[in-house]
Amino acid sequence: MSTPDTYQGQAKGPSLQQQRARAAFWFLAPMLFALFCVAAWPLLRTFYFSMTDTTLDSLYGGKFIWFRNYFRTVTAASGLVTYRGTLVDPAWWNAVGNTVKFSLVSVLFETLLGLAVALVLNAEFKGRGFVRAAILIPWAIPTIVSAKMWAWMLNDQYGIINDIMMRLHLIDHKIAWTSTTDTAMIAVLMVDIWKTTPFMALLCLAGLQMVPRDIYEAARIDGVHPVKVFFRITLPLIRPALMVAVIFRMLDALRIFDLVYVLTPNSSATKTMSVISRENMIDFNKFAYGSAQSTLLFGILAIFVALYIWLGKVDLTGEGGR
Amino acid sequence: MSFGYRAGATAVAAMLAVFGAPVMADEVTVVSGAVGAAVENFTAYVKPWEEKTGNTVKLVPMPASTSDQFAQYRLWLAAGTSDIDLYQTDVIWAPQLADHFVDLTAAAKDLIPTEFPSIVQSQTVNGKLVALPLFTDAPALYFRKDLLDKYGVAVPKTWDELTVAAQKVQDGERAAGNKDFWGFVWQGNAYEGLTCDALEWVKSFGGGQIVEPDGSISINNPKAAKAIETAKGWVGTISPAGVLSYQEEEARGVWQAGNAAFMRNWPYAYTLGNGADSKVKGLFDVTTLPVGAEGDTSAATLGGWNLAVSKYSKHQDAAISLALWLAGPEVQKMRALNESNLPTIQALYDDADIAAKQPIIPQWKNVFLNAVPRPSAPTLGKYNEVSSKFWSAVHDTLSGNGSAADNLAKLEADLTDLKGDAW
Repeated sequence: MSTPDTYQGQAKGPSLQQQRARAAFWFLAPMLFALFCVAAWPLLRTFYFSMTDTTLDSLYGGKFIWFRNYFRTVTAASGLVTYRGTLVDPAWWNAVGNTVKFSLVSVLFETLLGLAVALVLNAEFKGRGFVRAAILIPWAIPTIVSAKMWAWMLNDQYGIINDIMMRLHLIDHKIAWTSTTDTAMIAVLMVDIWKTTPFMALLCLAGLQMVPRDIYEAARIDGVHPVKVFFRITLPLIRPALMVAVIFRMLDALRIFDLVYVLTPNSSATKTMSVISRENMIDFNKFAYGSAQSTLLFGILAIFVALYIWLGKVDLTGEGGR
Repeated sequence: MSFGYRAGATAVAAMLAVFGAPVMADEVTVVSGAVGAAVENFTAYVKPWEEKTGNTVKLVPMPASTSDQFAQYRLWLAAGTSDIDLYQTDVIWAPQLADHFVDLTAAAKDLIPTEFPSIVQSQTVNGKLVALPLFTDAPALYFRKDLLDKYGVAVPKTWDELTVAAQKVQDGERAAGNKDFWGFVWQGNAYEGLTCDALEWVKSFGGGQIVEPDGSISINNPKAAKAIETAKGWVGTISPAGVLSYQEEEARGVWQAGNAAFMRNWPYAYTLGNGADSKVKGLFDVTTLPVGAEGDTSAATLGGWNLAVSKYSKHQDAAISLALWLAGPEVQKMRALNESNLPTIQALYDDADIAAKQPIIPQWKNVFLNAVPRPSAPTLGKYNEVSSKFWSAVHDTLSGNGSAADNLAKLEADLTDLKGDAW
């Protein structure tokens, strides 16, 4: 350390740098502690439960059984060896498939639509403030309420959607949107996209407003085609904001529970990871097995985010070159 | 500082002496599913008890789906909450929740001999009376007598006759202009209710009762497959495709709007269907559910609701007193008259008032006495999973996801796995 001579007199105490680091630590400590309590502890606890045989009737009476909830072999009396555990449970992998399918489709549509809405809202027009506020309404309604509302709108007998489509002669018989296997997932996607597009639009809009106006002016003076402006100027500049928005949505979509649970029957066509994990934990009293599925859900989320950051070279530190 | 503490402590002690010690009246909290007019009627049932004891009763209404109720109750009970004193429990829950409830054998010693022994038996786990029966349930086939007369159709005795009759009425009504008319509505959502409906089909085709009382798994047989294939034939023809998301109340909605010729539902829909706001008031009657073929016996799934006292309750004495009142003859009679709930007390089936106002009830005595129980007794704590696997297999079949035979074969393998060496 090359401390200038003038500071020699104070060299007994910690350096300014150390002092600042220490002070910063104490400022951060409450936050770290809170994070540990609300994030790390429940996660570790779930992980621990997943390696026990805990049931809901005796939460503290579980025995440690390592990874047998994930995978184990069972040898029947006849000598036949079968595999058990959530890693070889077809119901689980069906739920993973449903969830991933749902997440990819919903996030794709939400991003495209959200971006389109944001571009419109970014333009100057009369009553823009009002439209900006109004478009947020779907996002502001609690999911349970909107799911119930849509359930009635999609109802096969009284639903307004069937009624409108019948009157417009788009369909010749009423469709049972939420109950048939083919349309149940579409119904869930529809409602989710309706609900979450405003959120994406808001995040995109925030990104758009960071783009300096003078770049557009320069482009206009140079006579660049608007489509080219969008792809060469707007999109690259809002990419960081967009990527972060997509991560948020992806995390949210992969743990979808409420919409599926309220809107559709509890069938294999729409069951997601969260739904099946809750079902095991509570309905079937297999708390540890459900915990194992929750842990896997966490793992899958982590893999998705890691892949995404890696493939998209997303800079989450906020220090990258602009 | 120390003075401040002492003064504070004295003040608290004084307040305790004034407000805390002489607690005379308890507030007893009851949690119950809300189907039909249950919530409106509840106040009238508890009022005499409130006046007699000075206690008050708070009702926490829950969703109509019994599966949803069960999940919530299990969580509360696992957490040992003292917020809820009394739980209204489904007939199938006793073995799964027995540990959390108070033994009522001694408290109900006068009531028990008046009840049907089979119902008391269903709520007794290892000699412990887990819950007091409030009312029992066995479903009926509701039919529109005006429409059957109009189209010259007899009340169907077999499921095939029902299919033909429903089709005929539906075609006629649609031709007459009611495009929303359906032949037959029932409960096809993937939940406990589908287990009830499907058990009735299977049993009435002679296909057993999923898991037999001795614990053997009987579901994978051609008769059961035929029963479920028959039901699959209804979806989209005589029943709306949306029936696959219907529970009791959705089916009743279509029925009570006058848009169905037949409905499978519990007796509670009888009173509601004859209510002032019902379009089918006075136009319908009930009969037993059809059979697979001549010679088979009709099967009705045994339902019913009971009242259990939480062992975590802080007002156990008041709660037991309320449970005895609600399960007693006065309230059972009120329930029978108001909601056409089937009493569990034998003498009420000979009651003149009930016979006059609710003719379905004396008529239904033999139906529920011969009702088929869901396999909750042999499968013990695994019943929920058995039921869920069964209704999933049926729901998959009904929604065109594999044939009944394949799905039942797979179900048998799953259940065998689940059973292991013993249930």
